[in-house]
Amino acid sequence: MERIPILHMGEFLLVTIQVDMYDKLATALQDDVCQRIAETKARGVLIDISALDTVDSYIARVMGNIAQMSRVLDADTVLVGMRPTVAITLVEMGVALPGIRTALNAERGMALLSAARSGEDSDASGEE
Amino acid sequence: MATEVKTKIPEVLEKQEAGILTDWMKEQVAATTVRPDLLKEGDLREQSGRFLQLLRVSARANDLMHIQGPNWAPLREMLDDLSRSRAIQGFTSSETATFVLSFKQPLFTRLRQSHDDLDGLAEDLWRATALLDKLGLYTTEAFIKSREDIIGRQAKEMFELSTPVVELWQGILGLPIIGTLDSKRTQLVMETLLERIAQTQAQFAIIDITGVPTVDTQTAQNLLKTVNATRLMGAECIISGVRPQIAQTMVHLGVNLAGVITKSTLAGALAVAFKQRALAVKPISPPSGNG
Repeated sequence: MERIPILHMGEFLLVTIQVDMYDKLATALQDDVCQRIAETKARGVLIDISALDTVDSYIARVMGNIAQMSRVLDADTVLVGMRPTVAITLVEMGVALPGIRTALNAERGMALLSAARSGEDSDASGEE
Repeated sequence: MATEVKTKIPEVLEKQEAGILTDWMKEQVAATTVRPDLLKEGDLREQSGRFLQLLRVSARANDLMHIQGPNWAPLREMLDDLSRSRAIQGFTSSETATFVLSFKQPLFTRLRQSHDDLDGLAEDLWRATALLDKLGLYTTEAFIKSREDIIGRQAKEMFELSTPVVELWQGILGLPIIGTLDSKRTQLVMETLLERIAQTQAQFAIIDITGVPTVDTQTAQNLLKTVNATRLMGAECIISGVRPQIAQTMVHLGVNLAGVITKSTLAGALAVAFKQRALAVKPISPPSGNG
């Protein structure tokens, strides 16, 4: 079964989703991320969904779950690169993804994670 | 329609064109629906003359009942133009229709003079009435169509004007909203804003609602949707221009704006964005005496 690769970079995990998500793949990703956080003691997870044209409510929920699970495992999650059409669809469906951080692109997402790591309070927006 | 009695309408139109025109002009100028402020008498005379001339030519074919036919095309075209220009000039639909309908009296008068037998007269009066009514209705329809075209174009222009996304600073977008925010418009506003955020990678979007007259639950809900969508994309959304009455209404309606940054002025919102981007606006040098 195909799996989404999880890259380990320093203290962070990098997940770039480049294929269409289906339910089984999402659940597998959720398992893998938790597993890898535990293995690598990563402090942050960056999920890049800029290649995704559609995100259904189940995938959105899995993303929310990953964020919460990482939280429990002491890692921050940031979701980057959501497309305008995806954002509109999610909002129209009433999915607001509470508790998940977002950034416009991978660079900003990384900055956000680093800022959160450097011991500042979570209000810091991760600007250079 | 009985065809035994030959119609004298074409004949009357041929022979007495000038007389009918004079009578008709008198009729139109005296009528209450005339608008000397919008249309000069000279222009009206020209239009009337042209109408009469085209009617005469079209009536020659003796086919008075089918104004949709090819014989009547020039006259229809003329009435289209006339309705369009009158719609633009600001005439009402009755004023426009009266142009054609007022032609009845001069025509009837002439018909009465040229007929000896009562049957023929009745027949011709009926034909003339039916014809002019059709032409009048056609004019009204053309008038309404022109008006609808104008309204449609204006609505389209307003729609285009309604969603200007401006770059206030590098990485800070501004979206002044003027007028009511209905669902259709929110959709457009949201799409335009998110597209621009994706395009410019701007971190902040300021929605200024100074120009929104009232906020109801629907509007508030739509605003919240936009804010949430912006946040999902990874940008921050600030709402500015919240007037005191609107703040009161929102609280009374029980709209939950928790977690949304709201400011009373656009300047305040810009200050928040500057602060979060670690930017500051300072005087270049300490103020000196020369101002």
